[in-house]
Amino acid sequence: MAKRSNDTHAPVEHEHEHEHHAEPGFWQKYVFSTDHKVIGLQYGITALCFLLLGFILVALMRWQLAYPGQPIPLLGDLLGNVLGDRAISNGTLTAEGYNMFGAMHGTIMVFLAIVPLAFAAFGNYVVPLQIGAPDMAFPRINMASYQFFVLGGVVMLTSFVVPGGSAQAGWTSYSPLATTIPTSGQTFWLIGMVLLITSSLLGAVNFIATIIQLRAPGMTWMRLPFFVWAQFVTAFLLLLAFPPLEAAGVLQLMDQVAGTSFFLPTGLATSGAEEISGGGSPLLWQHLFWFLAHPEVYVLILPAMGIVAEIIANNTRKPLWGYKSLVYSVLMIGFLSFIVWAHHMYLTGMGTKISTFFQTTTIIISIPSVIILTCMFVSLWGGRIRFNTPMLFVLAFLPMFGIGGLTGLPLGFSYSDIHLHDTYYVIAHFHYIVAPGTIFALFAGIYYWFPKVTGRMMNEFWGKLHFWLSLIFMNIVFQPMFAQGMAGMHRRMYDGAATYAGAASPGDGAVVGLPDVFIDMNIGISQAAWALGIAQIPFIINFFYSIRKGAPVTSDNPWDATTLEWQTPTPPPHGNFVKPMKIHRGPYEYSLPGGEEDFLPQNQTAKTV
Amino acid sequence: MEIPHTVKPRPDTGLYNSKIGIWLFLASEVMLFGALFSTYILLRVGAPEGTWPKPGTMLNIPIGTINTCVLIMSSVTVVLAWASLKLNQFKRFKLFQAGTILLALTFLVIKSFEYNDKFTHYEVIKKDGTVINGHLVSQDSKHVVLEGAILPVKGEHKLGDHPNQQPAHQHDHEHDHEGGGDKAGQNAQGGESTHGETGQQAHGSESGHAESGGGHHQEFEIARSEIKDMDNYGPWFNTYLAIYFTLTGLHALHVFGGAVVIGYLWGPGSKMWHTEPERFTNRIEISGLFWHFVDLVWIFLFPVLYLL
Amino acid sequence: MSESNDTHEIQKEIRTYLLVFGALLVGTVLTVMASLIDVGAAWNMTIGLVIACTKGFLVAGYFMHLMSEKTTIYAILAFTVFFFLGMMLLTVAADSDVPAV
Repeated sequence: MAKRSNDTHAPVEHEHEHEHHAEPGFWQKYVFSTDHKVIGLQYGITALCFLLLGFILVALMRWQLAYPGQPIPLLGDLLGNVLGDRAISNGTLTAEGYNMFGAMHGTIMVFLAIVPLAFAAFGNYVVPLQIGAPDMAFPRINMASYQFFVLGGVVMLTSFVVPGGSAQAGWTSYSPLATTIPTSGQTFWLIGMVLLITSSLLGAVNFIATIIQLRAPGMTWMRLPFFVWAQFVTAFLLLLAFPPLEAAGVLQLMDQVAGTSFFLPTGLATSGAEEISGGGSPLLWQHLFWFLAHPEVYVLILPAMGIVAEIIANNTRKPLWGYKSLVYSVLMIGFLSFIVWAHHMYLTGMGTKISTFFQTTTIIISIPSVIILTCMFVSLWGGRIRFNTPMLFVLAFLPMFGIGGLTGLPLGFSYSDIHLHDTYYVIAHFHYIVAPGTIFALFAGIYYWFPKVTGRMMNEFWGKLHFWLSLIFMNIVFQPMFAQGMAGMHRRMYDGAATYAGAASPGDGAVVGLPDVFIDMNIGISQAAWALGIAQIPFIINFFYSIRKGAPVTSDNPWDATTLEWQTPTPPPHGNFVKPMKIHRGPYEYSLPGGEEDFLPQNQTAKTV
Repeated sequence: MEIPHTVKPRPDTGLYNSKIGIWLFLASEVMLFGALFSTYILLRVGAPEGTWPKPGTMLNIPIGTINTCVLIMSSVTVVLAWASLKLNQFKRFKLFQAGTILLALTFLVIKSFEYNDKFTHYEVIKKDGTVINGHLVSQDSKHVVLEGAILPVKGEHKLGDHPNQQPAHQHDHEHDHEGGGDKAGQNAQGGESTHGETGQQAHGSESGHAESGGGHHQEFEIARSEIKDMDNYGPWFNTYLAIYFTLTGLHALHVFGGAVVIGYLWGPGSKMWHTEPERFTNRIEISGLFWHFVDLVWIFLFPVLYLL
Repeated sequence: MSESNDTHEIQKEIRTYLLVFGALLVGTVLTVMASLIDVGAAWNMTIGLVIACTKGFLVAGYFMHLMSEKTTIYAILAFTVFFFLGMMLLTVAADSDVPAV
């Protein structure tokens, strides 16, 4: 075959009749579309809905944490009717209900909201445009990928109303806990995960093939926008890290429905009538799970970094500082992220040799992360920064991600991790990465690419209001959790650590004293969390209002950007580009001396326009 | 604009799109089966001494060998079918690919017989502690009839401590209960005596020793009221069978999926040969790559599950 | 490359396929025979895996044309092998490095 391929001529387009599209009807155009832009939007809208749902779950949990045992106002009875007594009785969240919401909050946020939004939605919409491709390499597989995603989401949602309620063993679903909880919700969770993983795998194959094969002539690897690099590495992480979790999911599903004991040790007492054969390894689940879930952390953050890089270059009006360092760092992160996973498992009693290995790799991986962050900070230096809404979110991303990253260091060492691991410190740490980190970058991306998608700008005033409120409340929510965690507050207690209360009189059944001040912080955190929710209303209104009534863009390139997605009509038609693209320069040629304008798009030949 | 490189390779990579696609997919499959092989290793290493079934005792090696050859042969027919297309011999392609499909079906049929053999293989623990192990002959609401032998082990033992579960005909019984299972320590001692005493359960005059003569085993009629626990050799029986069923089941799904695709490209899909021969040849190559991978997995599964 | 040249190439390849087929059958017989001779579990295991790897190499190398594939494919597979080994070895290492209780 290889020999055969040498005799082919230059790539020839326009030779397949089968690719021609007649004007499609509504279903073809919006529901069963194979156009990467429509699929990107489908992913985006669906994922934003899940983001909201995930937030609502945690908002309800925060009520229970702030006011343990009190009925949820307004919604309590209604939810009780829908979800049943098991989850909410007399308007109050039960312990089981809390566990359900907790497990589903994590699952929804990671697998149904952030990954689809950061990777699938932005990736689908922007990557083919930025590399000058007419579509993804496999449009129908792309559509299938979205359909699997929706199916997975539906299965996950259904699990809320099955007898026994949804999964309750955390988003990590540790065995044997997950298998011993008597609910079919866990089975739904596993099936949902297998579907979501399938969706991600199809997406990842598509992204990598697209980026390798469909780059426009002249778009060499070192001319790729950093966002494309980030998505490329992300796709590899998904491709190679997800299958082990799929395997683990299948194995746990077997434990669940076929009575096997892959993760169930000998002598385990289960609630089921049937006794188990035993002989399984609970740690095996954790290995397979974290083999995915650590790279998954980078799946969450890398696309965000890509978005940030694009917006920084555009709004500082100068080239990214250290483009090559950024690229090599992101590749390095991709590599290392596969061999750090067991730092989530220091508490499982691993030996010193292996934990030394994982501590070392964990600390090493912070080097490329710091390089990336440094490059982005340095890029700001001497720029003529335009403080528009996307840029504000990006500017907030940098320190927020910094806080998240630096607070991770103590968790990378086993001796400090042992103290902090099961406390609110960890919650604060990874939420700083994902919430004011990734989600801010995603908001920035939405504000930034909105005009390309709709042909209208989002409102700046409401955007800025959204930004400032979000920034303030995010910090009021997560900053105190560091203090709570360092004081030793356990992160899975459904009564907001009220068990710990009564430090003053340790004799009264209090487990360990925890000063009231840390427990009282729960109230402030919860109120800030609800306020954070309210702060999203300007965004939602702005979003829908601007689709129809926003100020129309004056050109196809309203931000004066250099990358190819701005060289298309607005919104881009099916097939994207009116004429084939030819690329002549790197992605960030801003403020070139001698030019008439301060930027040169990648497909432009002349130095002067 | 059309999507480039769907048929003709991109000059700098030398590949057409779906070739990259299938290799990426196979890369993810490597990780999927890799995780399952890791599971196998951990379960095996973690199993208490002597509880992992000895090679050749759980599965029938000749059948496994035949199935291996069947799959290898199908791989050859796939690659020859592709070469035929390259030589412009469409009829030969049809012939070879028909062979592939038949071989795939043969593999699945043989596999299902193997599965059936496991599912009808029972271990009955009686209330007096006797363990009878054999194939189900018949059962009704009152009785269960097994064809097999008495194991000199009583009490619970589910961890695959039966070294001689060779399905059909060779109960070679002498030996090695010394390892036997999590609870086996206490059982091993009393083993031989139980063996003799429970002989009365058997139809026919010979006691449990009979089968050591080779190829001869008995029918046991067991009243349901005497049964404490009864389990067949499904995935729930022990971790070995669990991983066996999971690995081979997943593999069989791949065989089935591959056969469906190859079947489609052999039947209705082959019309494309007359309109876009190069594209069709590419499709055959892609499906072939998947098929070889399935074969490759089996090449590792066979020794790991049957022989080692 | 002319059409007849190409035909010639393919016919040469077909001979290779048949040779590989023979080698695979021999390998299968060998691995079964080797497993019946008891040379200690470790050695049996090693022999079995070496034969399996050889067979796997033949299938991947010749049937799947990896012997003459493009650099991009090699790169993808190199990553995969790296992560595959990482997963296998580290998991097993972690499992065996557990302090005695």
